[in-house]
Amino acid sequence: MGNKSLIEIRDLSIGFSNLAKQLLPILRNIDLTIEAGETVGLVGESGSGKSTLALAMMGYLGNPLKVLTGSTSFRNQSTFDLSARELEQIRGGELALIPQNAGQALTPTQRIGRQISESLKLHSKVSEVDRPARVLELLTQVRLPDPTTLVDRYPHELSGGQQQRVAVAMALAGEPDALLLDEPTTGLDVTTQAHVLELLRDLAKETGTAMVYVSHDLGAIARVCDRVVVMYAGEIVLDGSVRQVLLKPVHPYARSLLASIPKLREASLPAALDGRPPAAGDVGKGCAFVERCKMAEDRCALERPLLQFTKAGERVRCHLFEKVEKLAASGPGSAVDRSLISHATEVLALDNIAISYTTRGLWDQILGRQPNDTPTVDDISIVIHKGETIGLVGESGSGKSTILKAIAGLIPTRNGRIIYNGNELLKASVDQRSNDQLRRIQLIFQNPDDSLNPRQTVAEILAQPLRLYFGLSNQELHDRSVEILERVRLGGHYLDRLPSQLSGGEKQRVAVARAFIAEPELVLCDEVTSALDVSVQAAVLELLNRLQREFGTTYIFVSHDLAVVRALADRVALLYQGRLCEIGPAADVYSLPSHPYTEVLLGAVLEPDPDSVPVLSADDIVELSPMPVGCAFQRRCPRRVGDICETKTPPWQQVDDEHLIRCHIPHIELRELQMGRAN
Amino acid sequence: MLTTFQSVTKNHLQDRLFKVLRDVMSSPSGAIGVSLVFFHLVLAVISPFIVPFDYREISSLLMLQGPSFEHWFGNDHLGRDIFSRTLLGGREAILITGIATPIAVIWGSFIGIFFGLVGGRIDEFAMRIVDAFLSLPWILKMLVLIVTFGTGMGVLIPTLAFFYGIPVIRIARAATHDVVARDFISAAKARGHGRIAIIRHELLPNVLDTLMVEGAMRWSWMLLAFSSLSFLGFGASPPTPDWGLMIADARGFMSFAPWGVLAPVVFLSSLIIGINLTADALAKALGIDRIQKAPV
Amino acid sequence: MLSMLLRRLLLGLVTVVLVSIIIFTGVEILPGDACTAFLEREAQGKLLENCRRDLDLNRPALERYVDWASGAVVGDLGVSVNGQESIAELVGNRMNNSLLLAFCALLVGVPLAIFLGVITALWRDKPIDLFFSTVAIFAMTIPEFVSSTVLILVFSVWLGWLPGIVLTSANASAVEFFPEIILPVIVVAMVMTAHILRMVRTSVIDVLASDYVRMATLKGVPYWQVVFRHVLPNALLPAINVVALTIAWLLGGVVVIEVVFNYPGLGRMMIDSISDRDLPVVQAIALILATVYVSVNLTADLLTMIANPRLRTLHMRK
Repeated sequence: MGNKSLIEIRDLSIGFSNLAKQLLPILRNIDLTIEAGETVGLVGESGSGKSTLALAMMGYLGNPLKVLTGSTSFRNQSTFDLSARELEQIRGGELALIPQNAGQALTPTQRIGRQISESLKLHSKVSEVDRPARVLELLTQVRLPDPTTLVDRYPHELSGGQQQRVAVAMALAGEPDALLLDEPTTGLDVTTQAHVLELLRDLAKETGTAMVYVSHDLGAIARVCDRVVVMYAGEIVLDGSVRQVLLKPVHPYARSLLASIPKLREASLPAALDGRPPAAGDVGKGCAFVERCKMAEDRCALERPLLQFTKAGERVRCHLFEKVEKLAASGPGSAVDRSLISHATEVLALDNIAISYTTRGLWDQILGRQPNDTPTVDDISIVIHKGETIGLVGESGSGKSTILKAIAGLIPTRNGRIIYNGNELLKASVDQRSNDQLRRIQLIFQNPDDSLNPRQTVAEILAQPLRLYFGLSNQELHDRSVEILERVRLGGHYLDRLPSQLSGGEKQRVAVARAFIAEPELVLCDEVTSALDVSVQAAVLELLNRLQREFGTTYIFVSHDLAVVRALADRVALLYQGRLCEIGPAADVYSLPSHPYTEVLLGAVLEPDPDSVPVLSADDIVELSPMPVGCAFQRRCPRRVGDICETKTPPWQQVDDEHLIRCHIPHIELRELQMGRAN
Repeated sequence: MLTTFQSVTKNHLQDRLFKVLRDVMSSPSGAIGVSLVFFHLVLAVISPFIVPFDYREISSLLMLQGPSFEHWFGNDHLGRDIFSRTLLGGREAILITGIATPIAVIWGSFIGIFFGLVGGRIDEFAMRIVDAFLSLPWILKMLVLIVTFGTGMGVLIPTLAFFYGIPVIRIARAATHDVVARDFISAAKARGHGRIAIIRHELLPNVLDTLMVEGAMRWSWMLLAFSSLSFLGFGASPPTPDWGLMIADARGFMSFAPWGVLAPVVFLSSLIIGINLTADALAKALGIDRIQKAPV
Repeated sequence: MLSMLLRRLLLGLVTVVLVSIIIFTGVEILPGDACTAFLEREAQGKLLENCRRDLDLNRPALERYVDWASGAVVGDLGVSVNGQESIAELVGNRMNNSLLLAFCALLVGVPLAIFLGVITALWRDKPIDLFFSTVAIFAMTIPEFVSSTVLILVFSVWLGWLPGIVLTSANASAVEFFPEIILPVIVVAMVMTAHILRMVRTSVIDVLASDYVRMATLKGVPYWQVVFRHVLPNALLPAINVVALTIAWLLGGVVVIEVVFNYPGLGRMMIDSISDRDLPVVQAIALILATVYVSVNLTADLLTMIANPRLRTLHMRK
């Protein structure tokens, strides 16, 4: 049976030696067999070794890496023993890679057509004359529009989704037996991701190509793969069918991981997984997961579990898997306590805000012209109440972060007013705001690597707001910093660390602490969890929720992830191209009727559930600038009713008390249309 | 947990300094570079006390004598001891460039950071002026001033400091632009810190690395400029022992007394190479891409 | 693309105008003028008056600047103080000689630098890289007058293979400069090669670490095809600008080399006229060199723009 396998990995360990000449393994004793035509997902958080494993299948090791034990073979040829020539034959031919960020993986100085025909030349029998036609055929196969003009384009001229499709076409050129996909949809918008995934799924079915799909996103894997391999700290901890792994995981890590994913249909916080995975070389003699495992027993710390078979045919690396099997499916997360919201008190009101990025160019200045463009963000009116969390959702370019920056006074507004506490008019620029106004509104950024000064210790980072707002000095500074660090579950011993000495989750906690040490009333969260692993994300969400209850803080929570917003937000506002489409209580927005854009977004969300099927109702084209007249969503709307969408800005319709939709279609009709679709 | 904030900060600076120094010394080229620079600095301080002969002592008997037991590097065309003159030959150059370099780096950084922060059209126009200055060869700019005002230290130091500060403006400005785009600056702005506070706490610590490496580079270019000027007769004036001047003097007798050229050549080159190796290793240790540019 | 091109041109023009203002005001605010400088201590009474009248120095500065600048635009650079010769003619010969030197050095240096830069990058940290990188540091940092002197000592004095000094007169034809020009060319090429080599090496190393080169490898493209089709086109683009900076340096910074070898180029003329305090000539040379600097950089920008598809097609597809 082993002879027929496509890819066979036996006891593979890969590692590197550090400066102290110690061997640090990245992958440890991997045993994995992939049969022809199989679709296998490799799941794990960052640092789990999943990409290294996938690339090792192609006989590729990154620079300092070397094979410590074991082997990997493709069609019975031991990959690491092949000559350069033989490897060139396999790579891109029988075994093709679809890379993570196609925008950077396509050579910038070569036209699309040439890059694909290079693959054809190397790996197919297509003659030189027939190659252009075959290139067009491939581009059509990956559903790219207008392939004849596309072949003459350079990579930077395409959108992210198009680049990814080109990478797929390039991989298909060699008619591979197996495709390795290294996080192929990470970084793409929800709708684009759903489209690319459907394409990949269809290709796997049509061509019978085996797929190894590397991702941190269980939703994507649930959609594409039949089998899932879960990795943790360089080991395989669980290997089974999608259904088994996602619905009834028998490894504690897989259980926790699944529990930490926010679900679109559940208005509750996902359960956090505390701690962090061990660093390379830091694993003791026991189980790698022992320190974070809630079920761990004494022997878990002493004895490394082996990969063993369950009755259902899964492979699991856990001493206690039989116990885990008996546990109920992961229960619901903790319900969010909403008692603090007082609808009477208004914290912030955005009144008809418009923001424009374009400045007058040199010629405009010489000729005295005013910029006559359509503003990037327009017509935004939202009232935010004390203690509530309002989610601001949209794809990239929807202007959601821009609005936050305008509230924080970093970007000037072109029109409109920002009113604080019902009567204070906030000036557009930070320079004109009072110290107290500044203190009451704090901003937390997406990426803590960028928002924490790398040259400052945690103590100095926290001292900045304390000195500025409260004029505190030594002992008080110290006490207050320690106190807030304890509140964010870090503790005083973090004071003298530099950001580079912290993990991603710890950094974001410091950023949260820096915001809360100012005792703010309103905290603006700009994609605060999107740079983090799922389990860390759950912990940060839990932290934000707890702090909100302790301090009675109001949040504006910006995210592209509808499920994350669902977990935390009381009200949700949807933005497309800088214009509001729908706003209302979270429960209402996530149920019918929806604005067509909300419908498209909700339909494209991938849930870690093998039975959830995305609904693709609109094209995944990328719009670069908002429409000057009519509905913002007119170009992509699946429910366009006619010219009115292009000529008239749709009115706000009241569905419920607070639930508003901006569409020309009456909401009752909209509900009927959408109900019909659902059935 | 009784550490105060100040001590925490200082310890980190010290730790970092030690770490950088250790990294510099751990690469062979860095170790060679630092040793060469150290050797020359020590020599510049102690050379007046250890030279065997007076550098001015002329002797018609010893004219163009080859190396001997008494005069290790031989004697020049006036019979002066080349060994003594070579040991002393870097003092003026190191003194002048040692004063001019920090001045150049400081004023250049100051202006560069200012324009980097201001941005917009003012910045763009200022960069055109910088470009205009850079488009003139350094030697022309310097010579015009030296010929007009003389060659004393009082002229050379400000002249070198001024012209070598101009390229620093560009470097400091580019480094500022890189840092300003980052979120921690936005965070400080949103909190409402003043400009000065942002520069001091957020910006400076992050551009300092670049400026340190730039300083080392400026020093090397300046030494090169000073010795070239001396060589051309516009730098150190006789009878001061100076490597550039010594090479110029000995060139005429090169065919039959090459030792007069060789000793200052080796000393001057070793100092400049030492500085460059140090700068390279420093850049590597600090993780900066040292952009290689033509010696403008 | 067209507007970007116009913008670059305009910026270049602004720089040249600024340089001319800097040169002119620089000469203005320095103590003394062309006449006192030239006549030195005897500059009194009648003699000084005459000289100033001859050179039109009594008119307001702005008027003289406009005259000088507009003259320069049409190639009239005025007359020198001492000989009353036309500067344009005087400079023309020297300029040609400097261009000859620069051209020869470029011809040798650029291909060599690119070749060695690529080699050292591909064999990074191997003996061949360590060797050439070390040589490059030496070539780059040792003062030109030192390397010139050493080369003359070795090749001319000791071995007697090449002439160590240029004796050909300034207005000789290009061929007559051989073989005297060989040593100066070697020195110039050495410095230049070292700079470009280091830049190319860094650039190639960066590109080798890029995602698209890894992708090409994993697409099964043979190593040398990866190097030639995917690495070099991307790595050599930034080199264009460095070559330009180096050329600009060549024309002004080789002063010392020209003096050492007694080469009758623009640089040596510059030193001579500064020593003679022939300010009109100094002004003219400064303006020429600055213009060359600006236009060489401009050309490099344009070339990069043409060769780089990212800059050529600015607009994203809808």
